[in-house]
Order: sequence, then structure tokens, then C-alpha cells
Amino acid sequence: MPYLYHTDDDRKEMLDAIGVRSEDELFERIPGKYRIEKPLPIGEGKSEYETLQYFEALAGRNRPAGGMISFLGGGIYDHIVPSVVRHLSGRSEFYTAYTPYQPEVSQGTLQVIFEYQTAISRLTGLPVANASMYDGATALAESALMAAKIAKRGTLLCAETINPRYRDVLETYATGQDLDFKPIPHTERGDIDADALRKLLTGNVAAVVLQTPNYFGVIECPWEYRRMIRDAGALLVVVIDPISLSLLKSPGDYDADIAVGEGQSLGNEMNYGGPLLGFMACKNEYVRNLPGRLVSETTDVDGKRAYVLTLQTREQHIRREKATSNICTNQGLVALRAAIYLSVLGEAGFHELGRICHDKALRLARMISGCKGYGVRFGGPFFREFVVRCPAAADTVVEKASAEGVLAGIPLERYFGSGFRDDLLVAVTEKRTDGDFEKLCSILKAV
Amino acid sequence: MSFENVRFTKEHEWVRFEQGSDIVTMGITDFASGELGDVVYIEFPRVGQEVKAAEPMGTIEAVKTVADLFAPVSGVVEEANTALNDEPSMVGESPFEKGWFVKIKLSNRSELDKLMKKSEYDKLVGKD
Amino acid sequence: MPKTIFERSRRGRRGYRFAGEPAPSPAGIPSAYLRETRPKLPEVSEPEVVRHFIALSILNHHVDKDLYPLGSCTMKYNPKVNEDVASMRGFAALHPEQTDDDAQGALEVIHTLEKKLCAITGMSAFSLSPAAGAHGELLGMLIARKYFADRNGGRRKVLVPDSAHGTNPASAHLVGFENHPIPSGKNGEVDFDVLNRSLDGDTAVLMLTVPNTLGIFESRIGEIVELAHRRGALCYLDGANLNALLGRARPGDMGFDIMHVNLHKTFSTPHGGGGPGAGPVGVAEVLTPFLPGPRVRRDGDRFFFDRENPSSVGAIHSFYGNFGIYLRALVYITRHGAEGLRKVSGAANLNANYLANALADVYPIPHGTRCMHEFVASGEPFKKHGVRTLDIAKRLLDFGFHAPTVYFPLIVPEALMIEPTETESKETLDRFVAIMKQIAREAEEEPELLTTAPHNTPVRRLDEVTANRHPVLTATDQG
Repeated sequence: MPYLYHTDDDRKEMLDAIGVRSEDELFERIPGKYRIEKPLPIGEGKSEYETLQYFEALAGRNRPAGGMISFLGGGIYDHIVPSVVRHLSGRSEFYTAYTPYQPEVSQGTLQVIFEYQTAISRLTGLPVANASMYDGATALAESALMAAKIAKRGTLLCAETINPRYRDVLETYATGQDLDFKPIPHTERGDIDADALRKLLTGNVAAVVLQTPNYFGVIECPWEYRRMIRDAGALLVVVIDPISLSLLKSPGDYDADIAVGEGQSLGNEMNYGGPLLGFMACKNEYVRNLPGRLVSETTDVDGKRAYVLTLQTREQHIRREKATSNICTNQGLVALRAAIYLSVLGEAGFHELGRICHDKALRLARMISGCKGYGVRFGGPFFREFVVRCPAAADTVVEKASAEGVLAGIPLERYFGSGFRDDLLVAVTEKRTDGDFEKLCSILKAV
Repeated sequence: MSFENVRFTKEHEWVRFEQGSDIVTMGITDFASGELGDVVYIEFPRVGQEVKAAEPMGTIEAVKTVADLFAPVSGVVEEANTALNDEPSMVGESPFEKGWFVKIKLSNRSELDKLMKKSEYDKLVGKD
Repeated sequence: MPKTIFERSRRGRRGYRFAGEPAPSPAGIPSAYLRETRPKLPEVSEPEVVRHFIALSILNHHVDKDLYPLGSCTMKYNPKVNEDVASMRGFAALHPEQTDDDAQGALEVIHTLEKKLCAITGMSAFSLSPAAGAHGELLGMLIARKYFADRNGGRRKVLVPDSAHGTNPASAHLVGFENHPIPSGKNGEVDFDVLNRSLDGDTAVLMLTVPNTLGIFESRIGEIVELAHRRGALCYLDGANLNALLGRARPGDMGFDIMHVNLHKTFSTPHGGGGPGAGPVGVAEVLTPFLPGPRVRRDGDRFFFDRENPSSVGAIHSFYGNFGIYLRALVYITRHGAEGLRKVSGAANLNANYLANALADVYPIPHGTRCMHEFVASGEPFKKHGVRTLDIAKRLLDFGFHAPTVYFPLIVPEALMIEPTETESKETLDRFVAIMKQIAREAEEEPELLTTAPHNTPVRRLDEVTANRHPVLTATDQG
């Protein structure tokens, strides 16, 4: 059997040592009516080579966006992953290591998490970041629960322009929690309607939750209504895109209380939607309400600098039902990839990436606006993603493009209903070239 | 120090009372802090919060454990020694004086009579 | 000790560069929207990044290095072919918003894995959405809640044995249930009489781990499940210990209504230093409508997402769960087949019993040496020398082993929960036994060696008190 050691001799020696005749005897405590004697109906095992062939065939039946001209976004982006990220995260020492509960033999993992926490903190401008959540959606859900607990109130105002898939998860997590949600509408520019927000800010609002850039790619300006939110005694929770933080004002700049988001763009493959990387950062005063693991710097008995999991009393293995969350396993290896990615891009590289993505997105938007019948739907400033109003159903555009090997974008009707039938969400990363743009435009013109 | 006007609960809290005042001071005993280990953080009840005898009103955290902080008597929280969170080592160093947790305005003075005197408490923790 | 990547930085150093001319400053965004200072990220060259992370990596214990006898973690070998498959471009470069036509291979992976997990566990349907075991428990609790809500009137109680993992009560609480711990009896199994008295018309779920965290199979499991069902409650299985039962017994056959599987335990996906994992949830037939959508269906050769899921409890993940992780689990199942999985549980149980038998005369095993894939020993006898289980654990690190799980389950004092898994040789086990016995002797003869252990690790015992009182959670600014 593939990975076992025991020869017949080994087995016999061990069985003799414990006074048992066969391995099967060890299962005798299982009541007879449940004990299985026949093989499970899952087929025979394959050799390693046969296994590879089988999965190569399956992989071959996919047409991955990463190998095509793709303008798909919506929270998951086709960014370049530098080779070092794959090689370093593929080291056994990292990926076959356990959770760092014995810090003396886990300093590698712990220091990586510490550096990751630091990087997220610097990107978001908020002092405390945790070691990761499952994805942006669950990070948002947990941050909403956290805000409600801190504010001791039950209403959450959520922008309509938050990623609809995140909103679904948020609603699921609110089950059994005595919370209610009120949507904040958006303007024709694509950003939050601040007047509507003002009217919604009553004394029972725990938090205002918005996303920037929002699902339409439009950048919000939370500083304009920050004071209003604070005066109402509510928290500000923002869902942010990490790449956008290369250029845009950070949550710390506008005094957000909690920032969450999806870190997939930071050196991780798209992987058909998982594993992903939820990040979470907050102000110092909320650290004890934060879910997820936290690593602190400390010293050992010889005075050496070292790292250790801290504030574990928030977590399930100690606090059990009173824990801030039930999270245990998180997304450690993906956070490692993010740490490596941000290190190898560095300050200058990360800034450059933001500029490139933005410049390319602007160029494409301009070219599309020059195609007859097409235009950018929302007037607000955007980053890396924008909504195209098409002269026909966006579904049709996507189908025609697909036939030519181009993934034109996400038809917004999928999430926002028939009022968005002709709207297409287009994302542009550094991978796209002018040639790609020309190809897309020629397809658009032919629709 | 004299423990004449101090009483103890079986959850290892102490309460100090004065004649002519209905405000008492409470904390945890040296035995309790010995069991807990180094205290790292205390979650205090709010000033003005109503508390009931033998019910949890907060938590005490050590590195790897959390223990409930029980109210030794019923009443209203008058003051909380939140400065302890800047120096939690005080709980172990001076459990009966600098390490006090909460002052409570008694609602029922007779509750004090139901609590243990020092000699009884010492027996409970095997210190006699 | 190594510098942080921030401390290694030098102004102007660059790692990765993008193609083409430097991009212009951002146009079309008002300056009020732009940040004034760049986030202070490292400034290092690529070779330096490599040296930095390699230097960190070698400070870690890891499965590819040596044994992790951690109870209920199943630290088995992570096959390399899993990694090769997971990195195939056809899988890794797939965007989740692509059409079903573009993702036929991926959809087939999902469909096939769900079917195989059903066959292995005896459940009727699986959802691969949960990204971890605790996430699976959350889903399980949501399903239970909806099940009862739909039947007029919610039930509020969840019964959890006192030997259960902390995520169990935490998950129940997250969904608004009340936790009621059930004590274990002297034999380590659930106290049936207490259970009988506690299981009433307000009990929604009985959560069990089988075998339990003591490595003991609940011998009255049939009666227990039947009791719960008679009183209208659901039975949830925490599948953390499934490695003990592969190919030998199926939770579905025992009558469990909901369960989760930890793919990063039983099915060899790597631990990653704390994830990503995956915690698929299996349910009985009556609960299948509650699973999150979309569900993968098959029509001849074609697979597609069925997006009509009106009774679903809702989404718990942005997309379809940790695809890249459960893909690895399917590789593992494909490699092993039915016979292979049976051999896995056989060897896992043999290794644990072999260890228990060898250690019992030195480390008492309160519930006996006949166990399944793990057992719990006690460090209690060493307390008289001033040595605690924590010290034994730390001393083990000096010999190149990771410590077992300590102080869990709570019902054994000074607990040492030991699970060797099946991918360990007799020599490794013998070496472990020899070291454990040596440590026992040291406890008597040189206890200070233990109370100040570890001695040979990259760092020694840490000041956790200061880390908790005054946490430092980010690096200070680079020079």
C-alpha cells in the first residue's frame, strides 16, 4: 500500500508484542453489525503513474482562465505569481508543518505569520492583523459579528455594492445571531449614496459595512462620511482589495475600525475559488474581540527574540463556547505565500503593480468607450475593474468572446438581476496586453 | 495584615467590609492566583452593573486558561480596578491589597454572614 | 536569531520587476483618494527573499522530518503526487466564475469526491464548501437549526461530551444553540444514564466523536443514536478520528445524521503550518436539501452546477470551498482504493496499540491499553518529582520529536494524547518509546533537566506571559 512501512515481519513482531493475532482483531470492539468486511465501493487503488494520468485527463477537460485572455474578476484575479512564491511555499518545512502550538520548534511558521501580520497591518494602516481567515467572505462575516458585539447593537448597514457572494455568506453567518441588515443604495456614479446613509444611521446601528473598490470597481470615499458614522456610535467596517492599497487611501487613513478582504491576489493561484486568504485588521482597542490566531514577538529564557501564539484565551481550544469564533485551522500556507509575494515585490514593486493595473484598466476602458454602443456605466473613479454597458445582453457578449478564447467578464445580471442585463464586469491585471485589448474590442464590435 | 473583616467564598474570592459602610472590596485569594498562574488580563464588570452573589461578573485570563470572576455578594458595582490590566502581576504579588478587583455596594448585608471566615477558608485550601 | 524581512531591507533594493516601461502616475483618480505614503513593505532582492525564508523554514519541525504523535491531528505523510496534481495548470489556473463548460474536469472532481466520501462514510450526500473542520461543524449546526426551524419550533440544546474538542461547543454557540456538556463514564465512554436524562424534547443535536478523544469506540453507539432519534434529536459526528475507521465502519451505518471529515487529517492534505484544510460535511438523505448550493449534478458525460437550492442554509464560503485542497484528498483516495484505505486504518490502529502497550508500565493509561488509533496517557506520576506533562512535552522536543497533544482531553489529568498514524515505522515507534522511557527516568533522577527543557531547540521556553500582557503583533519599522 502506497505509504506504509510495515512488512509482514514488522507486523508480526508488533502483533506479537501486543498479544493479538491480526490487525482485524483490533477492530473487534466495533459491534458486529457495523463492522465492514467487504471492500468499500470506491474501486481499486491506482499506481502513482496511473493516478497522474487520470488527473491529467481531468485537468485537460478544463479551459483555465490563467491560460487565456481573461477579464474575469469579482474578487478573484489572475495576477502574476512570481516563481519564488511557489518554490518557497513548496518547501516541506513549511507545508508539512503543524500549527505552531509548540513554539520552540515552530519559529519558522511563527515568524512568517508575524511578518504577514506586519505586512497586512502596513497595507491597511491598522495596527493589528490576525493570521488569516478562510476567505474574504467569512472574514467579512466574522467582522460583522465582532462589530455587533463591540457596539452591543443589532443593526448592520451594508452597501449594496459589496461583493454579492460575500453578502450571502454574511447573511448565513447571521443565522441565530439576532442581527438585521439594511442595504445602503448606490448612486449613479456607482458609489455609496451618502444621503441615504445619513438617513439610515439610527441609534441601533452597530456598524456601517462597505467595500472599496466596490464590486463594480468604483472607489468609495469613506472619509466623507466617517464623522457621521462615529457620531452615530457605529463602527466602520471596510472590505478592501489588497492590490488597490498600493495606490489608494488605506482604512487607517480614514480611521476605519475593522478592515477585511480577500488576499488571493497576493501570490496565490485562482484554484477554482479555493484555498483563498481572508485577512482581517483592526484598531488596538478591539484586539481581544478579534477572531483567529495572533502571533506576538517575545523572548525566550536566554533572552533570544522569538515568536509565539498569543491571546489564545480568545480561541475555541480554551474559551470553548465563549470563544470569539470557532476558527481553528485557518489558511496558514496561503498567508505564507502572501508574505513571500509582498516581500519579493517589495515597496517599489507593489506600487508599480498598482500603477500598471490601473493604467491598463484605464486604457481598456477608453478603448471600449470608443466601440460603438459600449460605454463605462459608472462615472466614479475605478481601480482595476469597471462595468461596461453593452448594446446587447452581456451574456451574449460573453458567449461570443468565449468562442474566440476570450473571457470577457462577469455578466452582472448573475448577481444584480435583470436591471443589469446589459452590464459586464471587466477586470484588468498586469497580465493583459494591448493586443488583448484590441482582440476584445474587435469581438465587442462584432456583437 | 488582619483578616478580621474579611470573608471568603468557596470560589476563592475574598471580601473586605467596613463597619458603617455598605461598600465592600473584593479580589481573589493567593490560593486562586497560585492555581491560575500569571494573570494576563481581567475582564471587569462595568461600573453601575448589577451583580448577584455566586454568579459570574467577569473573567480572569492566564496564558492558557480563562476563569470566571464570581461576585461574592449581590449589589451594584461601585468601582473597578481597571489599572490592574496595566500591571496584572499585582494580582499575584499583592492579592489582598494592591490586587483588589472590584468595589461593590451591598444590596443585602446579611449575605456576608454566609461566607467563610479566614480559619474556615484556610481549612478548605489545606493551609491549617 | 534571524532578522525579520523588514530588518533585512535596504533602501532601493528591488526583487520582482514587471515588464515594460514604468507605468505613469495614476490618472483619473482624484488625489483625495490616493494614499500619501507607500505602505512600508520590504526592500530586498530576490535571492535575499529566498535566503530569508529558507533560514526560517529550517527552524520548523515538520512531518517530512520526523514524528508528530499528536492525538486527533493525524499527522500522516503528505504524498508528493498530491502536490503535483494540485499544481496542474488545468486546476490551479481555473477561475471560479468560469462557465460549467470551461470547468468540466473540476466539476467531475467535485462530483467524484462527493460520491467517494459517501461510500467511505455511509452518508447520503456531501458538501465540500467548508474550509476546515470547524467550518464544517458550523455548517452542520446551521443544517440542524434549519431542520428544526422547518418543523415548527426550534430546539435549543446541543449535547457535547466533556471529552470533545473545543470547536464543538464554539460552533454550536455561533449558531445560537446552548451547550450542555455530558460527562464521560469511568470507562471513558459517554455516560448513558446521564445522556438518557439530558436528551429531551429541547435537544437539537448530540455531537459525538467516534472513536472518542480517548481512542475508544463508543460500544453503545447503536443505543445512543437510537435514543437520540427516538427523542427527535439529530446526531452529529465530529470526524476528526475517522482514520481509525477507514474501511472498517461507517458513521452513516451507525445512524449519524450529519458529520464532517477533516481532509487535512484523515486524507493526507498538508497541514501548512495552520491550514488551509477542508472540512466537508456529509448528511443523511432527509437533510440533503439543506446543503449549500450550488450542487454538482451529472447528465451522462456532462457535469453542471445546479443552482436551484431553495432549502439550502445559505453560502458559507465565497465559492466552492478549498478546491485545491480537496483535489489532493481525491488523489489520495484514488491512490489507495478500498483495500488501501483498509490497510491505513489497520496500520494506524496497530501502531497506536503497539505504543500504548510499550508505554503503559511507565505512563499510566487510565482507560486501558486496547485503543483504536490513539490513546491518552497521563503524566500524573511525575508530579511528585515536580515534573508536569508540559515538561515532558518540552523535553521530547530535544530528541527531535514533536510533543503529543497535551492537557486534552480535559478528563484525564496531565494528559498526553498520542496518535502515531499509520505512516510510521516500527523503528520510529521503538525510538519514541525509548525516549519516553528515558524521560521518565530523567523525571526521577534529574527533574530539573525537564523543567528547564527544551535545551537543543532553536529557541527555548518562551515568555508567554509578557506576550499576553503586552502583545507585540507587528515588526517595528525598518532602519
